[in-house]
Amino acid sequence: MSERKAWQELELGVELPAATSLGYKTGGWRVLRPVWNASECTHCMICVSYCPDMAIPVTKSEEGVAGKGGRMFKGIVRLETNLDYCKGCGICAHECPTKCISIIREEEAEQAACKL
Amino acid sequence: MGVKKAITGAQAAAEAMRQINPDVVVAYPITPQTPIVEQFAKYVADGIVDTEMVPVESEHSAMSAAVGAETAGARAMSATSSQGLALMWEVVAATPGLRLPIVMSLVNRALSAPINIHCDHSDVMGVTTVGWIQIFSENAQEVYENTLLAIRVAEDKRIQLPAMVNQDGFITSHAVEPVEIFDDALVRKFVGVRSLDRALLDVEHPRSVGPLVLPDYYFEFKRAQEEAMSKVFEVYREVGTELSAITGKQYPFFETYRTDDAEAVVVVLNSAAGTAKAAVDAVRAQGKKVGMLKPILFRPFPYTEVRDALRHVPVVGVLDRSMDFGAYAPVYSEFRNALWELDKRPSMQSYIYGLGGRDIMTTEIEAVFEELLSGELDPEHQRYIGLRG
Repeated sequence: MSERKAWQELELGVELPAATSLGYKTGGWRVLRPVWNASECTHCMICVSYCPDMAIPVTKSEEGVAGKGGRMFKGIVRLETNLDYCKGCGICAHECPTKCISIIREEEAEQAACKL
Repeated sequence: MGVKKAITGAQAAAEAMRQINPDVVVAYPITPQTPIVEQFAKYVADGIVDTEMVPVESEHSAMSAAVGAETAGARAMSATSSQGLALMWEVVAATPGLRLPIVMSLVNRALSAPINIHCDHSDVMGVTTVGWIQIFSENAQEVYENTLLAIRVAEDKRIQLPAMVNQDGFITSHAVEPVEIFDDALVRKFVGVRSLDRALLDVEHPRSVGPLVLPDYYFEFKRAQEEAMSKVFEVYREVGTELSAITGKQYPFFETYRTDDAEAVVVVLNSAAGTAKAAVDAVRAQGKKVGMLKPILFRPFPYTEVRDALRHVPVVGVLDRSMDFGAYAPVYSEFRNALWELDKRPSMQSYIYGLGGRDIMTTEIEAVFEELLSGELDPEHQRYIGLRG
């Protein structure tokens, strides 16, 4: 839960509002982070369908996005991984046929961000 | 005025359930609880109550089904003893956290091993820490009235906690005695119907019940549960006053018997309190000032009131019908705690009696009074009444 109530405000018993999973930012559990190299991606959707947290969003692109070999991929394409919900399990990297996803440790990602 | 019937403690519990007319009763038979469910099943079969009776394959399922029914908004009741309570423990412990006001008869029976079907309090003393309201009954009449009282206290909006109504196995549950059953219409008006404001099947107000709650919230839920428990005292008094209008009786947290000028008092739960009163009379006839205190509301425990009631008493003996191996016995522990705050603390002695249904005699309690008055006490070590060797 994102909002934290005091005990006096709690409803009777262990009852919570329904449909609250969006409020749980499970990405906070992550130790490993997937790094997506868009220029090697074929937008095959394998990573999207394997992701157990549905943390790889997709969109429809009429004009197309540049991918592997400089080719333009039109139609349904993937976007950057949503790090609010990605738990860093690495299935996307494991399944990727073009090996365009690499896995790095969270602290490496944080150090890289600090250098920038 | 009610009608006097010659019935057992088990039938007295069933009579209260007949008048309460719960939506659902779920139970699995176990000696000595069985006659409660037998009698109630007859009421269901004869169309005297509207209850849905759910036969289940174990006590774990019994309490689970009661939890399901109460979550949906029904008023559900159950009854068990000893091993049955032990088997349903997981769900018994979950019920107060879910804030479901299930009322259950507990017919006190010794816990295995060795296996034994007779009375002691080792079953209930294993669940006093999980958050049920605990009410004890000396006889069949008290079983009947305490069950009616328990429903209203448990279901009160300020409380919403489950309650167990205890009676001694066989001694109370199977002994026939005259019980005054009060007018159906008056009792039903008193009992009322369970408010549906928290029913799960409310599509306008969807909510999650029984979710995973991690370190960020568990603590707060438990604190809220304790707050509800602390309000039981005021609600118990209010509901007791309402019930008095029907029965003409009082509903104190505990009963005191000839304690006003007493120089020694014994504390004892349930049916043995009757024996202790006879012993008090016998010792008083010899000119010695003794008395008895019988706890009724055991959870929450009325520490302040107990302290005030025993403030003037120089010697207190506490009789426990169960042990807490390697520690002070459960009832003794509470009284030792309660009296700690006094400026002038009494001498105390812990006694264990009646395990596995062993009888306790008035002469044995008279001997306890002699010992208490003699001053030869050892508050660090419990003594055993009626034990060979």
